[in-house]
Amino acid sequence: MAVHVAPGTAVRFEPNLMRRKLAGTIFLGLCLLAVGALLLTLLVLLWDILSRGLPWLDAQFLTGAPSRRTERAGVLPALVGTIEIAVLVALITFPVGVAAAIYLEEYAKDSRLNRLLRTNIANLAGVPSIVYGIFGLALFVRGLGLGSTLIAGALTLSLLILPVLIIASMEALRAVPRAQREAAFALGASRWQVVRGSVLPAAAPGILTGIILAMARAIGETAPLILVGAVTFVTFLPNPVASGYTVLPIQIFQWAGDPRSDFQSLAAAAITVLLVLMVVLNALAILIRARLSRHLAW
Amino acid sequence: MTTASAPFARRTPVRERLVEAFLLLSAAIGVLTTVGIVVVLLIEAIEFFRLVPLVDYVTGTVWSASIKPFRFGALPLVTGTLLVAGLALTIAIPLGLASGIYLAEYASPRVRMVLKPVLELIAGIPTVVLGFFAINFVSPVLLKSLVPGIGGFSVLAGGIVVGILVTPLIASLSEDALRAVPRSLREGAVAMGATKFEVVRRIVFPAALSGIMASIILAMSRAVGETMAVVLAVGANPQLTVDVRESVQTMTAFIVQISLGDTPAGSIQFKALFAVGATLFLMTLALNLLSDRVVARFRNRY
Repeated sequence: MAVHVAPGTAVRFEPNLMRRKLAGTIFLGLCLLAVGALLLTLLVLLWDILSRGLPWLDAQFLTGAPSRRTERAGVLPALVGTIEIAVLVALITFPVGVAAAIYLEEYAKDSRLNRLLRTNIANLAGVPSIVYGIFGLALFVRGLGLGSTLIAGALTLSLLILPVLIIASMEALRAVPRAQREAAFALGASRWQVVRGSVLPAAAPGILTGIILAMARAIGETAPLILVGAVTFVTFLPNPVASGYTVLPIQIFQWAGDPRSDFQSLAAAAITVLLVLMVVLNALAILIRARLSRHLAW
Repeated sequence: MTTASAPFARRTPVRERLVEAFLLLSAAIGVLTTVGIVVVLLIEAIEFFRLVPLVDYVTGTVWSASIKPFRFGALPLVTGTLLVAGLALTIAIPLGLASGIYLAEYASPRVRMVLKPVLELIAGIPTVVLGFFAINFVSPVLLKSLVPGIGGFSVLAGGIVVGILVTPLIASLSEDALRAVPRSLREGAVAMGATKFEVVRRIVFPAALSGIMASIILAMSRAVGETMAVVLAVGANPQLTVDVRESVQTMTAFIVQISLGDTPAGSIQFKALFAVGATLFLMTLALNLLSDRVVARFRNRY
């Protein structure tokens, strides 16, 4: 037991119960104040964005391209770019991430190599996203010669998202009870048959939730895409293998950097679109979890 | 799943091994990424240090990457980064800890069910959105009325938005640490006549201290690596100062500035990008490892 009182801070007994209780009340008051401050911040943030952005959010904005004339500006190229990137990231990370999680949870023995793999993934999740951008610039854009294409951007974001997805999938696999595996082994199934036929279906809701939340994270990332060459002013729809694309966060970055009031409003409107996309993805994750896990109760 | 030919026929071991090999390969991508990041940063950073002596980089007090004469003393960038991160923690530690303690010790299950998603919501806000908040509200409305003579970009604005960003991290990680303290400890203290506050302060908080420290170190690492919010809030003015009303430039902001401009590959600015990236990587890696160490070293075993 390592609960101890540090030397020199011996607890002196305070006999006045009223005073002791008052100290508690004051402390709880401070805690509530902190929670209140957080909630207030969130409300101010949302109000600041919505009050500026909503009036600008119309069909013209959703179907138009960025323009110097703010009343005709829109986000279509950025919106399409964001959706394409999100889908590509999901397609790339899904097989690799789930396979890695299966290996680490179902196959890996407690060897030195496997411990290394595990700590490594935990540490990768802590690397700043801009460092992934530098890596993507060196590896995909220049090394593999992909140039500043949407594919290079998607690959870079995939590397960034992969640790998050692996950790989420590992948790989903770990939540499947041992008995489920043992029953399958007892029927003579090989390890892969156990995983494919028994463990994976049971872990599917958790894994799917993980991938959708990873997508939600990917569409909000900005910094790595600046490094791998997403451009700020794109008026055409992106072609995945040709240079020149943009995504919502980059478009927001460009408009937000312009101090003129109209551009600030454009940024707020684009943020609204981005937040709606993220809310939709999160709701989808909740829905899938509720749907698929209904008949999987243990 | 079964082969029809023989009743006890099993999948060939070859196939099982192939599957396992593919799975192992996927798991190894993490290590390959780490190695790749280190190699890429090192190669270009070494090139940079051929042109700019390491001593000048580490101890130089002037950073001028785009205006001649070029000077590459990293101290202004490093202090700018630490100043913003320090200010962010000054805001996030009390807010995050108090929220974490409230969630773990005081909140009813129903309140927690509402508050936790709200925290996750704040944690999930894209950082460029907080940058917009800085440029559109924090600097021109909040700070302009509170701090006389402050400009459009300041350490203060950056510290505030990064503080908002890392508060949920401290809150949820320290909540986890507090909830991991076993019931029996609390009950022992209550049985001896301690009030609720005394239990939290004298028993639960010290027992969870390692986890709380780890959450703060992780928040520091996040704040140091934070990019978009800082770029929009703090500006691009690399100077050696401790005045929080001033505009500075952080390491991440420099990297963004260089990649937004038309910097030709092979130029000294392009190489400086990798040197600064390597510095950033080393700092966050050190913080992450320290946080792991704190958890392992001071973990209370029950």
